[in-house]
Amino acid sequence: MSELVFDKLNVWFGDDWDRVDAVKEASFTVPSGASFGLVGESGSGKSTILRALVGLVPTWSGVMKVDGETLGKKRPRAFFRDVQMVFQDPYASLHPRHSVDQVLSETLKLHGFKDVDDRIGKLLADVGLGPEFRFRYPHQLSGGQRQRVAVARALAPEPSVLLLDEPTSALDVSVQAEVLNLLADLRENQHLTYLMVSHNLAVVAHMCERVAVMQNGEIVEVMGVEEMRSMSPAHDYTKHLLEASMGYKPAE
Amino acid sequence: MSKLLDIENLTVTFPTRSGEFDAVRGVSFTLGQERLGIVGESGSGKSMTGRAILRLIRPPGRISADRLELNGRDILAMSEKEMQSVRGQKISMVMQDPKFSLNPVMRIGEQIIEIYRFHTKASKKAAYDKAIEMLEAVSIRDPERVMRAYPHEMSGGMGQRIMIAMMLVTEPEILIADEPTSALDVSVQTSVLTIIDKLVKERGMGLIFISHDLNLVASFCDRVLIMYAGRIVETCKADKLHEATHPYTRGLLNSLPRIDTPQDRLQALVRDPTWAQAASVSGRQ
Repeated sequence: MSELVFDKLNVWFGDDWDRVDAVKEASFTVPSGASFGLVGESGSGKSTILRALVGLVPTWSGVMKVDGETLGKKRPRAFFRDVQMVFQDPYASLHPRHSVDQVLSETLKLHGFKDVDDRIGKLLADVGLGPEFRFRYPHQLSGGQRQRVAVARALAPEPSVLLLDEPTSALDVSVQAEVLNLLADLRENQHLTYLMVSHNLAVVAHMCERVAVMQNGEIVEVMGVEEMRSMSPAHDYTKHLLEASMGYKPAE
Repeated sequence: MSKLLDIENLTVTFPTRSGEFDAVRGVSFTLGQERLGIVGESGSGKSMTGRAILRLIRPPGRISADRLELNGRDILAMSEKEMQSVRGQKISMVMQDPKFSLNPVMRIGEQIIEIYRFHTKASKKAAYDKAIEMLEAVSIRDPERVMRAYPHEMSGGMGQRIMIAMMLVTEPEILIADEPTSALDVSVQTSVLTIIDKLVKERGMGLIFISHDLNLVASFCDRVLIMYAGRIVETCKADKLHEATHPYTRGLLNSLPRIDTPQDRLQALVRDPTWAQAASVSGRQ
């Protein structure tokens, strides 16, 4: 069980004249066991928040806390077990010359697990893949199956927080439904905390209880899903996003 | 309504190590001055259908059809030279990603002017003015600067609008748009669609809009073909898409998460092997 706290988080790239402030003064809290969504257009800084949390971006200031512990420059060893990430494109995030078995056993060995063999079988079963998938390579899997492998890899170290960076935007809608169902089940069974980035508001509304809307690096609004469903956001930009996501409306 | 395109029993075949594979199987439809949507999952043959119309399937891939006519002329019987005057001038195609469709080492202005002069033999000055006019038509601010810029200096949304400007500069009769907005943010998507919509209405162009986004097609197009495994499984009026009857279409619609109504679980699509066996439904009108 882990609570995530972000307080006045700033992330920037470059310095002096070519400095870009990707995230400005972002503050929000994800309670333990909750599912929190970040939405916004490309370049709004939503993925950067995830990357800053896991330590992929060194240039940040402000406070980030996982389970009450403030993160410094260097993250404790336990952090890398506790927080795991699932990336957008399963075609790019799996090593093309590593079989499913290699991907999972490498992660398990790195984290010091002894019963690797049993765990791989269980992980595959957890994400709805049969044992026949164990020795396949990524090119022998469909997009949905690959994303299941990526989820299995993230679950291998027994994390309590999953960071989901557009986990279904590379998938067809029918496969998206299967993966979203899987993620919802896993959260319930393994008591995970989700922080999910997506540009698809319907997906976020389905998966999350609370949503932060980002524009140009700033959080313009944090709202509950009910407000989103009733189409009554406070900020104009959110309204604009919601309307655009409902399909095409000819201009009058 | 006059028919711009008339297609009957179109098949696209690729030889593979395990025998021949039909990517498109016996598809028939017509296109008038309308917005025709083609939806389906990846691998359903929707993009291949669009490419086959322009004869852009490379060997060893093969195209065959009982009829593939553009304004009554047989496309399959045309020589390569005749095809060059069809591609770009009569039928244009906008691809999904501007990153791969624009020449990275050529200024945007030169690329637009090249296409226009290739098809019209206009003077350089006239071509330049036309290019500026087209960039303005797709709501690009400061077109003179954009004409001098290289594609990498443009954002995704601008790149896509430039593609559309380039494809429409020759004033084609038919535009094939293959996922023209799926790489774009929602607000840019709306502005790109508004531009296409305006051109269809003002110029009486025929539009084939290929997409996997059902809600978008339902709200944007006039008529929809739903493809599965290389076949058309259902055709309907776009605004009636949500009342579609084929189990595949219903499955796709039900698997979408909805903002207005919460669901506990999304419905996964259960595929019936008979869908892939059934004959293609005709989309001819």
